[in-house]
Amino acid sequence: MITIENISKKYGKAAVLNVASVAIPKGQSFGLVGNNGAGKTTLFNILLDLIRPTTGKITNNNIVVNESEDWKNFTGSFIDESFLISYLTPEEYFDFVGDLRGMSKADVKSFIAQFDEFFNDEIIGKNKYLRDLSKGNQKKAGIVAAMMGNPEVVILDEPFANLDPTTQIRLKQIIKTLTENRAITVLISSHDLTHVTEVCERIVVLDKGVVVKDIETSPETLEELESYFAL
Amino acid sequence: MISHFLNLEWKQYFRSAHWQKSIGIKIAMVLFALYFIVCFLAIGVFGYYILKKKMPETDPLVLVNSFLLYAFLGDLIFRYLMQKLPVMNIKPLLILPIRKSKLVHYVLAKSAVSFFNIFSLFFYIPFAVVLIKEGYNTVGVLGWLLAIILMIQFANFLNFLINKNNVALGTMVLILLSLIGLQKFNIYNVTAFGGQIFDAIYASPVYALLGVVLVAVLYQLNYKQLRSLVYLDEAVSEKVVEANSADLSFADKLGDVAPFIKNDIRLIWRNKRTKTVFLMSFLFLFYGLIFFTQQTYREMPAMLMFASLFVTGGFALNYGQFIPAWDSAHYKMLMSQSFKYRKFLDSKWILMVVVTAAMYILSIPYLYFGIDIFLMITAGAIFNIGFNSLFLLFSGSFNRKKIDLNKSGFGNTQGTSATQFIIIIPLMLFPMLIFWLTDKFLGGYWGFIVVAAIGVISLLCKKYVMNFIEQKYIENKYVMINAFGKEA
Repeated sequence: MITIENISKKYGKAAVLNVASVAIPKGQSFGLVGNNGAGKTTLFNILLDLIRPTTGKITNNNIVVNESEDWKNFTGSFIDESFLISYLTPEEYFDFVGDLRGMSKADVKSFIAQFDEFFNDEIIGKNKYLRDLSKGNQKKAGIVAAMMGNPEVVILDEPFANLDPTTQIRLKQIIKTLTENRAITVLISSHDLTHVTEVCERIVVLDKGVVVKDIETSPETLEELESYFAL
Repeated sequence: MISHFLNLEWKQYFRSAHWQKSIGIKIAMVLFALYFIVCFLAIGVFGYYILKKKMPETDPLVLVNSFLLYAFLGDLIFRYLMQKLPVMNIKPLLILPIRKSKLVHYVLAKSAVSFFNIFSLFFYIPFAVVLIKEGYNTVGVLGWLLAIILMIQFANFLNFLINKNNVALGTMVLILLSLIGLQKFNIYNVTAFGGQIFDAIYASPVYALLGVVLVAVLYQLNYKQLRSLVYLDEAVSEKVVEANSADLSFADKLGDVAPFIKNDIRLIWRNKRTKTVFLMSFLFLFYGLIFFTQQTYREMPAMLMFASLFVTGGFALNYGQFIPAWDSAHYKMLMSQSFKYRKFLDSKWILMVVVTAAMYILSIPYLYFGIDIFLMITAGAIFNIGFNSLFLLFSGSFNRKKIDLNKSGFGNTQGTSATQFIIIIPLMLFPMLIFWLTDKFLGGYWGFIVVAAIGVISLLCKKYVMNFIEQKYIENKYVMINAFGKEA
């Protein structure tokens, strides 16, 4: 589904990312792990054509992301709260995104209704603008918006950060259901090793922009990762 | 798609922090805007007749035309300083299925109807209507008006092209200065040349279409430039400014207020809004020029006092009135630290006094207008240092509005509340009144002496007043923490 080839990003002389080759098959749940500054968000940003790579290319379903914008139609993503439209209410935001993704108002409504439990009564019908929600609640809204309109690829940057434990558990469930029938590819970055190992079948570790580990998740993975990062 | 954009635009405008202000400020701002609009309209409507009366031998249209070139260049410089492309707004749209080209067209088209492009039309359109009414060729006038609108759009798009380039600004200023120079020393009649262009358009309006071509070319250039920059690490990024850690160890001599002073200097220098306030205070230095050069004001001592207060007090007034809201973002943190509140207030006081004193030294050239004017500035400076600085600290204890430091400075009313309007009375009107009364009934230098004396007396009482102010702040601590925690 997604192939990364020789992607590098340099700011002046400082190289922040240098990934030789990664191929993510359709339906895989892919976890990206690494310390601060490892290049996780940069890689996602390049994948979403939000910044341009210095070299290399990424294809998403055979579309080179910085040449055509057609991938946008089947890719949903949430990077951080600054990607929310702060002066809209969550409902308006969902309507807006739904509209762009070809959903009718009723579609949006029934889609959002599935997430009642996830939202825990803190998002819908509160008459608040997104900017006035707490970080965690903003995140919930952003994550749900990323899943609107039957995307084939869902990209979430640090989805577990800022969420309360209950929501974290619910989110893990949601992600597992997404990839259940292998139709949706999910890419997640995280600092939390327990969460990623739980939801992702494959984990790639970045360190200073370079892939240092690429493992298929097994019961030993968490231990392996913990010992790697303990150094 | 367009309807989406317009819808977002509408919501953004009416849900902005702007509109969630108290009704009083809304009214004040609307009145302010209306005032300017009415002024422009009046000049537009009556300008023709006034020019006709003052200079019966020249055609008012030709006269206006002759200055359009300067208006254009002035407009360009003004825009350069104030107008930025609102690219940040499209960030949330980047990850949605919308083509980037569409986003760029949207940003550019939006800029075409910005405030900057509309405002001067309040003058040009009525002026054109009057021209038609006065029997000018209708087609000619309409062509002329079209050319004006295109000129404004030209400036609009030119500005975005050169906005990121300081060399461009320099060149522009240089061109403007050399044009004025050429005109002044009679080397080349620039005014006439600029005028001829627009006279020609009036004579044969077809030429206005050339403007369409020019604007289209500029639009295309802008489109190309911007299209290649719609990336998070380019135009859409908030510039990450490299932290400049200037050596502020000189402040250490001030003893235990030093940490706060250093913090305040950094606060002022590293944030847009405070920086604007600081730089604007230098502009206030020139405020006196408006008043001291005009005979009308010369006979109104109260107005002269007003100007004198502003010459040295620009910083104290603009910075002081928002104490402690400048620290609103981290007010909680400050309140959880162990320090004497007094030190925090003292540092603010020292800052206002030092800058006011510096402004006073810089105002020495006002001696040119005579010793009386300079004495008045001196009295104003003493009043600012003695009375106003303390009063501003006191009034700060009533501030309940958070300020987001990263929002731009010009025309930003964030943090403004009724307090800011009420404090003007003791700060400005009180010394003006005192001066006016003593000047009228006692005459001589009594006006200066009394105003300065109030300043000196306040300064002598500083210790007691500060005790009182400190008490006020401590009393209001929780209310302030709560208020500053709310979204502005």
